[in-house]
Amino acid sequence: MAAKKTTHLLEFERPLADLEAKLEEMRAIRNEDTGKDLGDSIAALESRVDDLRTSIYKNLTRWQRVQIARHPDRPYSLDHIENLTEGFVELHGDRLFGDDPAMVGGFGTFKGSKFGSEDQTVMILGHQKGRDTKNRKYRRFGMPNPEGYRKALRLMELAVRFNKPIITLLDTPGAFPGQEAEERGQAEAIARNLFEMARMPVPIIVVVIGEGASGGALGIGVGDRMLMLENAWYSVISPENCSAILWRSWDYKEEAARALKLTAHDLVEQKIVDEVIPEPLGGAHHDAVSTSAGIGKAIASHLSQLKKLSPEELIASRIAKFDEIGSFAEV
Amino acid sequence: MSWFKRKSAGIKTSSSGRNDVPDGQWIKCGGCSDTVNRREIEKQNLVCPKCDYHFKMSSMGYFDLLYDGDYEVHDDNLISVDPLGFKDRKAYADRIVATREKTGLNDAAKAAVGKIGGHSLSIAAMDFSFIGGSMGSVVGEVVTRAIRRGYEQKMPVLVIAQSGGARMMEGALSLMQMAKTSAHLTRLSEAGLPFIVLLTNPTTGGVTASFAMLGDFHIAEPGALIGFAGPRVIRETMGQDLPKGFQTSEFLLEKGFVDLIIDRRELRQELIHLLDLIMEEKVNVRKKKKTPAAK
Repeated sequence: MAAKKTTHLLEFERPLADLEAKLEEMRAIRNEDTGKDLGDSIAALESRVDDLRTSIYKNLTRWQRVQIARHPDRPYSLDHIENLTEGFVELHGDRLFGDDPAMVGGFGTFKGSKFGSEDQTVMILGHQKGRDTKNRKYRRFGMPNPEGYRKALRLMELAVRFNKPIITLLDTPGAFPGQEAEERGQAEAIARNLFEMARMPVPIIVVVIGEGASGGALGIGVGDRMLMLENAWYSVISPENCSAILWRSWDYKEEAARALKLTAHDLVEQKIVDEVIPEPLGGAHHDAVSTSAGIGKAIASHLSQLKKLSPEELIASRIAKFDEIGSFAEV
Repeated sequence: MSWFKRKSAGIKTSSSGRNDVPDGQWIKCGGCSDTVNRREIEKQNLVCPKCDYHFKMSSMGYFDLLYDGDYEVHDDNLISVDPLGFKDRKAYADRIVATREKTGLNDAAKAAVGKIGGHSLSIAAMDFSFIGGSMGSVVGEVVTRAIRRGYEQKMPVLVIAQSGGARMMEGALSLMQMAKTSAHLTRLSEAGLPFIVLLTNPTTGGVTASFAMLGDFHIAEPGALIGFAGPRVIRETMGQDLPKGFQTSEFLLEKGFVDLIIDRRELRQELIHLLDLIMEEKVNVRKKKKTPAAK
């Protein structure tokens, strides 16, 4: 399987890229029909490329996964929403202050019949990053202001009113740490969502699709099921900031990533995440459609399970789920 | 990349033991820098008699200050266990042991139940001296139990917040304590019982972004730092100086996130007054049942 070429190469992918370039070169020589028989050499190199690719991507360190989660070509919320739904209607504004482009959401038909359940209307929302320089700034790098969290709450309350399940997609480097964000109550906006999401009488499925940084991610992250893409990360702080505070230097981000145990598999062990959704070899950006399909299948199966619960059972089991998270001893 | 994340709880633990008041008979005030007699400060509930600066008070200090008399301490037997095997320059496991020894505390929060002005009140109070009052699994559990005690035994709940935020050394487990505590507050709210938050210096990060901003009543001590992101991070994001008094109690009052700023020397009386007003309604409901209301 040849990986799709992407314009952005991560540092640890360079040896693989070099080898792939060499392979291309040899193929080109053969195509020129120089009379040399390179068939064996090409086959040997092809197998070396495959081996190297497998050994790199099957043994990713935590820090390497963080880099894949931040890959500029990684599918964002709106990409998944397009792949998962039909007739998506994006809704705007918090009705209090403004519209925050770092948070998107609306109603759409979840294409459940494609993923093993049935088509149904859902409220789907998430953090949104921008793809190019202009859009990255417009989307504030996926860092919502309070009005983003308040818009999310308004949309989720609409879902409750019309009895539709809620799907949230988490992908943020954190809530925006700006002066105005503080003045308008960033902390209150996030806190309010935690409170209200805990008692919503409809199923809520949370999917971490990229970066899950701290309260900014959790602000739309309280639900009945926690799903996480294989190369996403989720923790209380980013590795860089953890390094800055605990090591008093920016240079220990790899150590910090390791210490924080922030990958999908780590979070399964911590009993926070219910299911890890696999990504194509090399990361979600190699095949957005198949990544979305993995998310779709997981959502379909969990929605079918959750549908069997009454609203009271749903809320009780949601609170019980968070109740069990944490580890301590008594003396 | 420092500009896109809040500064979380630090390792800047105070070495001053139970309270924030330094050792010795004569103390330099953190507000006016004057030298004040220790006994004077202690008589004023750890408030500087000259400038009203509020020194940090410990959880036990607040229990003594607020309750009518005896009270039961709960959950001070919970200890952190280093679930991730976390190690930075120091191993978290060693840090826990050393901090317990140094502070005489088991972790950064304790709960209690007692009477205040005759009203039963469940309190969870935090201690900044324990790893910056940071919230890990233990603090999340202590606060949750205090809230649960409130709705199970039908009494109001007060949380005294004093924290740098979520505890980094427990990773996502710390983060989830924000959801856990907030989820239990829905039960208290639905039981019709008041939740009061006392915001003290400092209250930041994940603690502010969960239970500390979910009170029916937000009371702040004067001059406390209260916010989500740390001032340094915001300054770097904005690339400019922040307005004077930014993220103080007074600033939050002006912006509409705090109901009252109360001097610690009046805190007990004001709390009793508030509880009288709220819990009085319940007394009236009981009275009304005796004489059927006219339709």
